[in-house]
Amino acid sequence: MNTHSDMQAGQDTALPGPTTSKTRLVVNGTERVLEVDNRTTLLDALREHLRLTGTKKGCDHGQCGACTCFVNGQRVNSCLSLAVMHDGDEITTIEGLGTPEDMDPLQAAFVAHDGFQCGYCTPGQICSAKATLEELRAGIPSHVTKDLLANPPLSPEEIKERMSGNICRCGAYANILEAVLDVAEAR
Amino acid sequence: MKDSATPDAVARPLPHDAARLHVTGAARYVDDIPVPANCLHLAFGLSDTAHGRIAGMDLDAVRAAPGVVAVFTADDLPFANDVSPSIHDEPLLADGTVHYVGQPVFAVAATSHLAARKAVRLGKLEIEPLPALLTIDDALAANSRFEDAPRVWGKGDAAAAIAAAPHVTEGSIEIGGQEHFYLEGQAALALPQEGGDMVIHSSTQHPTEIQHKVAEALGVPMNAVRCEVRRMGGGFGGKESQGNALAVICAVAARATGRPCKMRYDRDDDMVVTGKRHDFRIAYRVGHDAEGRLLGIEFVQYARCGWAQDLSLPVADRAMLHADNAYSLDNVRIESHRLKTNTQSATAFRGFGGPQGMVGIERVLDHVAHAVGRDPLEVRRLNFYADMPALRAGGGLSAPPQPAAASPEDISEAKMEDGLDLASRGAAAEIPAEGHPEVAAGGIQTTPYGMAVEDCIVNALVDRLAESAGYAARRQAVADWNAANPLLKRGLALTPVKFGISFTLTHLNQAGALVHVYQDGSIHMNHGGTEMGQGLFQKVAQVAAARFGVDVSAVKITPTDTGKVPNTSATAASSGSDLNGMAVQAACDTIRGRMAEFVAGLHQADPATVVFSGGEVRVGGEVYAFAKAAALCYQNRISLSSTGFYATPKVSWDRIAGRGRPFFYFAYGAAVSEVVIDTLTGENRILRADLLHDCGASLNPALDIGQIEGGYVQGAGWLTTEELVWDERGRLRTHAPSTYKIPAVSDRPDIFNVALWDGENREATVYRSKAVGEPPLMLGISVLMALSDAVAACGGPDAPYPALDAPATPERVLASVKRVRG
Repeated sequence: MNTHSDMQAGQDTALPGPTTSKTRLVVNGTERVLEVDNRTTLLDALREHLRLTGTKKGCDHGQCGACTCFVNGQRVNSCLSLAVMHDGDEITTIEGLGTPEDMDPLQAAFVAHDGFQCGYCTPGQICSAKATLEELRAGIPSHVTKDLLANPPLSPEEIKERMSGNICRCGAYANILEAVLDVAEAR
Repeated sequence: MKDSATPDAVARPLPHDAARLHVTGAARYVDDIPVPANCLHLAFGLSDTAHGRIAGMDLDAVRAAPGVVAVFTADDLPFANDVSPSIHDEPLLADGTVHYVGQPVFAVAATSHLAARKAVRLGKLEIEPLPALLTIDDALAANSRFEDAPRVWGKGDAAAAIAAAPHVTEGSIEIGGQEHFYLEGQAALALPQEGGDMVIHSSTQHPTEIQHKVAEALGVPMNAVRCEVRRMGGGFGGKESQGNALAVICAVAARATGRPCKMRYDRDDDMVVTGKRHDFRIAYRVGHDAEGRLLGIEFVQYARCGWAQDLSLPVADRAMLHADNAYSLDNVRIESHRLKTNTQSATAFRGFGGPQGMVGIERVLDHVAHAVGRDPLEVRRLNFYADMPALRAGGGLSAPPQPAAASPEDISEAKMEDGLDLASRGAAAEIPAEGHPEVAAGGIQTTPYGMAVEDCIVNALVDRLAESAGYAARRQAVADWNAANPLLKRGLALTPVKFGISFTLTHLNQAGALVHVYQDGSIHMNHGGTEMGQGLFQKVAQVAAARFGVDVSAVKITPTDTGKVPNTSATAASSGSDLNGMAVQAACDTIRGRMAEFVAGLHQADPATVVFSGGEVRVGGEVYAFAKAAALCYQNRISLSSTGFYATPKVSWDRIAGRGRPFFYFAYGAAVSEVVIDTLTGENRILRADLLHDCGASLNPALDIGQIEGGYVQGAGWLTTEELVWDERGRLRTHAPSTYKIPAVSDRPDIFNVALWDGENREATVYRSKAVGEPPLMLGISVLMALSDAVAACGGPDAPYPALDAPATPERVLASVKRVRG
């Protein structure tokens, strides 16, 4: 369902068509209906409208990875995606992976290995790490995969390549890598 | 009363205090704090001109834009239009003249962040351009500088020693700046209170500075403003002064509208508006013998400070203070130029000038080694300060050190009335030198500024690292590999770090704490330090837990709050744990002393025999649970709350003469890096890193190792991939992570060995630990030197020195390869 802009105002800048849309998202298993400006990013919809502030805004243009979350099981930079594109989609954020009392194994591994310092990139790192392990398990090759016909190995090289879109200014990479390898090996 | 027995809360590798909150997205940063429904959001309209006179400003379209509630220019500010941490030369909003591209000119308060950002784009600024000084050369030609003349410090007679030396080597290195790129951008939230009071939440390393600048801008005393900081998403020095503008405009707008106001910079704005690490040029002339012994040395350091003074004087001072690094220099002259340009006002960045000064001397050692044809490590060893025996200075393990003989800084009333920013490092130039700075007596090895080097361990530390990293064997292996590989070349380097610990503005070396024990035995801890990821809160909580002999989980860590602990120094200069750990220890010991005296009285025991350990209080054969002891004290009207205070002893410093003891002690470390370059493209990577670093007796080895690894990565990034580019109009073209490349996980070396030196601090710091925030950044210098080594391997025996500038991007590496190949 759409609402229409005040085209009758006749301003040169007014564009034809709706400027806001009603969007239904299933966020961490709960249905949420939003009426937002069409230009609202998925990230802003999560943070500003649904008050799920675990997903972070680092650069707002897809270069830092802090806003990584899941759409229908695939990781996305939520700052590069518009909320209205996801009508009916299932969104999983860091809040949906676990809670302080009941952590996902990756979250527990990040605690055990000190896989962060300031923590601002951490939700994105953990979402990307989870996706990395699932993509490896599904046999999806990466830029560093040598044999495209075999399943890619759970190697540090593969994990580093697949996690290279999530930057950490504190430089906690050694521990991030250990945390991810720990969970990869446990599986 | 005895110190708690083992297991102690200190020296344990506990995770970060908010670890579970961080990994689940529950840790709140300023932009995550729920705000009242009527909150306004702010954005700045920025100058697009590097230098010019504001001839006109048409903001009608801005005012008419959807959601806009208020617009502010310099004329709308009720009181001080100033966010400078030093000499009041930094207006919040440009007043008649703009000084760099990105300077805030006007501000908009609107009903949403997006509405505010859209509205500022509608502003029409008419700026008449004036000549802009963008580079070091521009500023030198125009004699555009801070302070009336260059600072010159020295020791011995450098010119005579160079003239008499058998060999002279000279050169110059350009050292680029560095964007902080804290993942959480600058942010502030102002909440107006009754009676004109203001509460500020700020992502700042310096809550007292925020409180002070907001009070000035609102025309109220500091007691009407409270600043609270739970955590930052990274700071690295970029939040020591650069958050002032956001907090102040939020407060001004909140006062004007009566509504809460929030501001956060968009990433591109953040990079364009805020200051960065100072870029430097360092020229050197050195006299040496055929072995590479340094006989005389002259440095000229040029710092590009940008348009406002900010903290540039103490930054440039610290570059001079680290021009020796770990090397004993008998005849040395250091000249420092602080140049004023029409660019962002360069500011604090982890190391605070120290890294630039250190790159200068490491470059000299590398160049001299090349000139005399020796392994640079041999030449470095030849010039190290001598190690000193590991004697303890001062009293016992936790004896509270006494402050040095009182030497109050002479701050005239007139200057106080000028609103001198006493809590800022920027006040350095305004405060006259102390009467008699301590200078080491003759016969003891001293720095170029006359401070005795009493705690040197660099020789033993480097020996151990060279051994564990297999330096000698790898030196040969690299040579063999290079002989067999014409296109790829490897390089290897070991560089040391000796970093001075203390604020060089002596009076900042103080800290306060506030500790409560509640009647149920739970403990509430507060101090003036801020948490930016370094783990300060956990380390200090471990100290509190150890003093009471309880588990660290019994200690509640609370946000830094100027209403609880006043007059705090910035969490900077690596001093957080040293200062705040001691202040918390003092507060805990006061309470513990009262509790011991009371329970000892119940048993006719000596209070000195009461033991706090394992969650219990033991006295004369009786054992009380800590909570029971607290309840008993409460019922018997014993105060269970105390402040604590600490002032670093022994430090005194005359920054004009360049004489004294600016540092309580030095922290040491060393790194071996091995790199490989592609001689066809200049592309390069780090293959292996081995780090050995001195944290004294570490309060928390896990957190300290994290600081060391992260510091190395950040230092290596600064000197390799992180390049700031301004165009001919003074526009920063690298203003987002798309164009400015910090290290990624894929840049982590495959072999990365990190170890802690197993000594303890010679000085009586908290549990004999050492500061760890900044020093490891300079371990990254080994990467630049390893790249230089790889480039040198491209030339024949008579090839020129690579003279690699920083950052050593592939372009610079390639140019350097071409240079040595002729």
